Amino acid sequence: MTAVEDRTGAPSPEIGKARKRKEDARLITGRTTWTDNMVLPGMLHLAVVRSPVAHARITNVDVTAAADAPGVVAVFTGADLAEEQGSLPCAWPVTPDMVNPGHPSIAVDRVNHVGEAVAVIVARSKAAAQDAVELVDVDYDGLPVVLDMEEAVEGGADLVHDHLESNTSYHFVFDAGEMGTGSDTEQAFADADVVVSRRLIQQRLIPAFMEPRSVVVQPQGDNYTMWSATQIPHILRVMAAMVTGIPEHKLRVVAPDVGGGFGGKLQVNPEEILCLLIARRLGKPVKWTETRSESLMTAHHGRDQIQYVDIAADREGNVKGLRVRLLADMGAYLRLITPGVPALGAFMYPGIYKFPAYRFECDGVFTNKVPTDAYRGAGRPEATFAIERIMDELAVELGMDPMELRRKNWINADEFPFTTVAGLAYDSGDYETATQQALELLGYDELRAEQQRRRESGDRVQLGIGISTFTEMCGLAPSRVLGSLSFGAGGWEHAAIRMLPTGKVEVVTGSTPHGQGHETAWSQLVADSLGVPFEDIEVLHGDTAISSRGLDTYGSRSLVVGGSAVVKAADKVIAKARKIAAHLLEASEDDLEFSGGRFSVRGTPGAGLGIQEIALAIFAAHDYPEGVEPSIDAEATFDPENFSFPHGTHLCAMEVDTETGFVKIRKYACVDDVGTIVNPLIVEGQVHGGLAQGIAQALYEEAVYDADGNLTTGTFVDYLVPSAADLPHFDTGNTVHTAPGNPIGAKGVGEAGCIASTPAVVNAALDAVRHLGVTDIRMPLTPERVWRAIHAGGDGGDRATAGSNAYGGAQTETTAGGGARSSVSNASSLGGDR
Amino acid sequence: MIPAPFEYARPTTVDEALQAIAAGGEDVKVLAGGQSLIPVMRLRLAAPETVVDLGRVTELRGVREDGDALVIGAMTTHSDVLADPLIGRYAPLIAEATATVADRQVRHRGTFGGALVHADPAGDLPAVALALDAEFVIAGTGGRRTVPAREFSVDYLTTAVGEEELLVEVRVPKLDGQWGMRYEKFNRVAQAWSIVAVAAAVRRENGHIAEARIGLTNMGPTPLRAGAVEAALAGAEATPEAIAAAAAHAAEGTEPSSDLNAQADYRQHLATVLTRRAVTAAAGL
Repeated sequence: MTAVEDRTGAPSPEIGKARKRKEDARLITGRTTWTDNMVLPGMLHLAVVRSPVAHARITNVDVTAAADAPGVVAVFTGADLAEEQGSLPCAWPVTPDMVNPGHPSIAVDRVNHVGEAVAVIVARSKAAAQDAVELVDVDYDGLPVVLDMEEAVEGGADLVHDHLESNTSYHFVFDAGEMGTGSDTEQAFADADVVVSRRLIQQRLIPAFMEPRSVVVQPQGDNYTMWSATQIPHILRVMAAMVTGIPEHKLRVVAPDVGGGFGGKLQVNPEEILCLLIARRLGKPVKWTETRSESLMTAHHGRDQIQYVDIAADREGNVKGLRVRLLADMGAYLRLITPGVPALGAFMYPGIYKFPAYRFECDGVFTNKVPTDAYRGAGRPEATFAIERIMDELAVELGMDPMELRRKNWINADEFPFTTVAGLAYDSGDYETATQQALELLGYDELRAEQQRRRESGDRVQLGIGISTFTEMCGLAPSRVLGSLSFGAGGWEHAAIRMLPTGKVEVVTGSTPHGQGHETAWSQLVADSLGVPFEDIEVLHGDTAISSRGLDTYGSRSLVVGGSAVVKAADKVIAKARKIAAHLLEASEDDLEFSGGRFSVRGTPGAGLGIQEIALAIFAAHDYPEGVEPSIDAEATFDPENFSFPHGTHLCAMEVDTETGFVKIRKYACVDDVGTIVNPLIVEGQVHGGLAQGIAQALYEEAVYDADGNLTTGTFVDYLVPSAADLPHFDTGNTVHTAPGNPIGAKGVGEAGCIASTPAVVNAALDAVRHLGVTDIRMPLTPERVWRAIHAGGDGGDRATAGSNAYGGAQTETTAGGGARSSVSNASSLGGDR
Repeated sequence: MIPAPFEYARPTTVDEALQAIAAGGEDVKVLAGGQSLIPVMRLRLAAPETVVDLGRVTELRGVREDGDALVIGAMTTHSDVLADPLIGRYAPLIAEATATVADRQVRHRGTFGGALVHADPAGDLPAVALALDAEFVIAGTGGRRTVPAREFSVDYLTTAVGEEELLVEVRVPKLDGQWGMRYEKFNRVAQAWSIVAVAAAVRRENGHIAEARIGLTNMGPTPLRAGAVEAALAGAEATPEAIAAAAAHAAEGTEPSSDLNAQADYRQHLATVLTRRAVTAAAGL
């Protein structure tokens, strides 16, 4: 508190205060309504029988034994539900001629990836349902398995969907020359002094949210209530109504507290539709909760692209053109925004640089794997990785310092707003200042000196420094822009504020949190706008019966779009309250000042009325002006006119043990500009979590399929998610250039760390060993890959696909679903454990 | 996930436990700390008819001295092993390796004997027991027998403990004085199993290595002794060069698996590097 504030007695502003999150106690202790905690009278439990094979015709499904098992109420096959299941929706047809094969919630006559549902057990207990899974006998007639994208797009390749002409779903092109946002790309390359080309691989990742997916459906007459661990209750309601034919007004969707998503719960899941269909059939409430094995195997995956990147420049290091061609793995089907993820990235490949020419092409490719879809960053991490990696490669080619090359080509602070070659209007920022701060945080010069010493002495541990200067498009999104990209919905957000008689405030948001801290941040916004205590505010969300309009949480949009709607609604509350206050104070509206939650009359000391008092007065409604409704509640819908563009400089110092290939982050520093910071603690937390996830892509995580299409990283033993013990201390900082496009000035922070960090980490490892002849190492940088790249050349190559033998080879079982049992007991005298 | 149904017995003495195992039917599993058995049952990799829970067999817990040996009860938890002063003094290699087992929660429930009988090739303790020439005391209805470490590990997840037997304690020769020890573990994240690890115990005399005992983790279906390295080190000068030359033999005779973490040739390479590092540290260099 400053002396000034003490003197006036006014509370310090909430915006900018590092408040601890008010929702955390219940989230952390689990004493809350996680969907799987729901128990309804008469509730039945579902278990899903899943395909153990990647591609096959189903020739027979025998459910007799399962149907007769104790506690089993019903067993449904694809044939049973074929007439009513429709197709899971794909809301983003990125080209007019995009091929969508349709996506059944349960396979009818063929399976296209391991883990696809082939039957559903309904039983009186979860245990009974699970026991019956192994009693379903399915006959499969195997088909050729399509796994490799580069092979899949060749003429004569085996087909994932044999009723289609090819494995290509779409061919999306953005050409700056044709769009008028840049010059001719082919000419730029023809004229260039230097061209550097690379083939980069974005490995397949698994969102790996903490709370497994879970669905409860309760039928009541012709009404249905669905609770789901989803990021998108509002979108899910519309989509589920369209798929099942249940009228939208008869379907209520509730996302209670949801434990993480990272895009993985931005989906209309097969099991959500199956729960609705089965609840409708049986007239009983049903629940499905996935196991972790099911989650890893069947919840949508992320990334999985092959990037062919060409960059053109002159000898002085001025970039002249960028050409990107992608193969993007769709998996076996198109889910909600599967095709849009790589296409969204199209606009971010030019990064922060002033390219005169740019062309982007992307093929969406079907394979016999689980579909890909949104994963933290969704298109932008891939783009940022490609541009930040190729800038380093160009620097090497030119013999330039990689930071100097960036500086030479980035947009200067005095050039904002700046329209890029991809047609985006970057709003605000200062790359130089953020970079300077990051260099100081890292201790760049000292580490460079140490790197030199280690190189000269031939130290077994080499040191490298990696740079990533990034921006991203956030605050998804301007509805008109989404329309121009053929996205199936808008990007607005809705909020309502209810002033309760006792002066307490309910804020209803359409932006549904799944761990981000909306309740705290929105309370801070409203506390400042209305001048009411933080503690007097409750934030309601996630229930379509309470929050009737909304577009939910993804794409770093909540504060930028949803928070702005809250602020706009608060403005309307104040405007309505002003009329009441003027009436009660017998003053002109123009003479009223609103400050600290109180209307006062200019020039009349002592005359005033608090907004919380007005809430009571208007509840009684005994005395209010003519021609005005007796309410100061208000709602607002905010649709931004532009994206917001957070940016930052991320620096990673990496130690590489050249004997073993083990990489260890020595230091990580980043300075992010996310615009106005409402809660520094939440921003810091988002950056930390994002860094963890981005570093995880660089070093740890990879979804690996074997030659038969089995996911061999089927448990957390083999799909490595790092913990705090594996990550370094993060030195973080901020610059603040407010976003001009929204009333808060916020730019979004949910994805920044995840987008920026991956190339910084890989560039650092390469910088450490480039003098040993290494030019690329494929992600994740397993010790084996790093060792092979150093000692045998290449990018480290493929990993062996067999799961590790921990737990007796658990991955074999998890991908085999209810199929072949391989009991440890047959092979050993396992007598105890650790 | 939910385990398949099973019968459950909770004896309080070794004799009761042996009876419960004998009476448990075709497929009996012994539950020690449950940190591997419960997951494999939940994944339905194992579906035993009967689970015999040793959690209340208190006579199997604790560490004591018996002449030249330490006697470690099979049900002594990893965290109790870590806190035990006798182990710290006479078998610090066990403590060092145990500290790398999984995470704190697992170490509070997981047991010394359970880990050894589970015989996971990526588990840390079998190679340590092998390097220390431990002896395994196994009880059956007919009495007790003692099996040397070299005969204890039979195959992948398979030990000399028979179907109606129980590991009751492990006898570890006290090593102090001029013995130095080191466990070099290589893995990707903190709580993970070993990709490869090396347990080394080295006795120095007059600037020379008098004796070295080296156990390899995850270099085959069972833990292995690096015999060629031990032979090369015996009587060698305690110099980095001599140790490196000896360690180059570490992969001889090994047939490690290829999996997501490492292909066989890389495992063999790691074995030589980690052996050199472990012996160097154990020799006090």
